[in-house]
Amino acid sequence: MGIPNLWRTKGQRYSLAGEICPSCSQHIFPPRDVCPHCAKPAGPIHTLSGRGEVYSYTTMYNVPQGFQEQSPYTVALVKLEEGPMVTAQLTDVENEEVAIGMKVEMVTRKLREESEEGQIVYGYKFRPRLTEAA
Amino acid sequence: MRSVSIIGIGQSAVGELWDRSARHIAYDAISAAMQDAGIETADALFLGNMLSGSLLEQEHLATLVADFCGLRGIEAAKVEAACASGAATLRIGTMAVASGMHDLVIVAGLEKMTDTVGKDTTAGLATASDAEYEALHGVSFVGLNALIMQRYMYEYNVPIDAFAGFSINAHRNGANNPNAMFQEAIDLDAYVKAPVIATPINIMDSSPICDGAAALILAPTEYVKEFTTSHHRGAVQILASASANDTLAVHDRRDPLFLEAAYVSSQKAYQQANVTPADIDLFELHDAFTIMSALSLEATGFARRGEGWRMAHEEQIGINGKLPLSTMGGLKSRGHPVGATGVYQVAEVVQQLTESAGANQVRNARIGMAQNIGGSGATIITHILGT
Ligand SMILES: [Zn+2]
Repeated sequence: MGIPNLWRTKGQRYSLAGEICPSCSQHIFPPRDVCPHCAKPAGPIHTLSGRGEVYSYTTMYNVPQGFQEQSPYTVALVKLEEGPMVTAQLTDVENEEVAIGMKVEMVTRKLREESEEGQIVYGYKFRPRLTEAA
Repeated sequence: MRSVSIIGIGQSAVGELWDRSARHIAYDAISAAMQDAGIETADALFLGNMLSGSLLEQEHLATLVADFCGLRGIEAAKVEAACASGAATLRIGTMAVASGMHDLVIVAGLEKMTDTVGKDTTAGLATASDAEYEALHGVSFVGLNALIMQRYMYEYNVPIDAFAGFSINAHRNGANNPNAMFQEAIDLDAYVKAPVIATPINIMDSSPICDGAAALILAPTEYVKEFTTSHHRGAVQILASASANDTLAVHDRRDPLFLEAAYVSSQKAYQQANVTPADIDLFELHDAFTIMSALSLEATGFARRGEGWRMAHEEQIGINGKLPLSTMGGLKSRGHPVGATGVYQVAEVVQQLTESAGANQVRNARIGMAQNIGGSGATIITHILGT
């Protein structure tokens, strides 16, 4: 993925910047121009809490180019507290310890290997939750 | 709108075709289809392909293939819809003939996946998903299907070897298909011992990376007699052609365990053909992964939610079963050259409906269905054919 695209999408990747739909009040991630729930114009930026739980997971042994040095790793579908679901790697946990329903929280980590141009991509991953809700 | 028929089919062998370039493989299929139909030229060539740009550094593929096949001067264009490129191409060809824009159309699908190393091909396939929100996080295409399968097993309490029957059936049928990549039956033991690629998916759940091309010749049903000879295998009519989309990313689906696009496209297709699921004599479904077989059966009306896996037994899905599946080996055993797969599926339905399926012939096959899935369920195209 090119540098301009990584720059454009840094808000959602570093801090889970999403939206709240002004028409139907649903949370949206990532930001869209049109609400996927009601098809009306999507609305103001709202940052998600980063707290959620594992909806599903897989430990991958054959990984794409650019991810070799982390292999094998576990990717999960994380259902966020506000509603949206995201695809992300799990971190700070043994692959065998992951389970559906596990409570997780967002952290920022290096997503993939350095490219030939030396570009390092950071973004969200999820780890088992350390803090309980206040 | 004119009724459209298929008057010729052609298929290259599927496999790791290291001695044949993409253009040669396409020629194998297209020349065979033209010979089968008894035609020497056509009005247009529509070519389904997903990965020629990223894996072969070759776009403008349809014109390259038309040129190589000696079809200079005709219309040629490539059609892309990820792994559903083949069926998307058939829809474009069908619309061209149905509308009266063209009379004779070549619909082909072509993919060359084994010229690159595994990790590059894996990255290429991942382009069927959302580049910014799926692929960037390191999830492969197998990984996306694994996420769906893991949740399915959890939600419906499904045992790990429940999907074996789909794979065993595909290999049993592929053993009798001279074009198939794997022409060998497997047993439960082979399934259970297969290495895991992405938990819970093992290599026996997963279709192989391979090369291949297939082609169909379309003509208006009313003119079939003009184009064909008396000893022709017989034309097959396209009774329905329907496509539907869903969110590109799995995580955006209303329910990741339900193929909404399969439901919508199959309902449209049943309506167009004026049939119900009970009328379907065989079903070439998109068994890229065994979990997709289960989900397709549920969304197209052959099984209830969470029970598609229960059909994975010979009495149900074998050649003599209630609903024969993957009758020439399916994606699992014939192989899954992604952009060509949808065309292979339909060519195989034509084989069945014209009594040309050899040892795998389904008795009294009158109506056949083919369903091609792009991505992890984002584009789903259903065709129903009849004699
Ligand atoms: Zn809305």
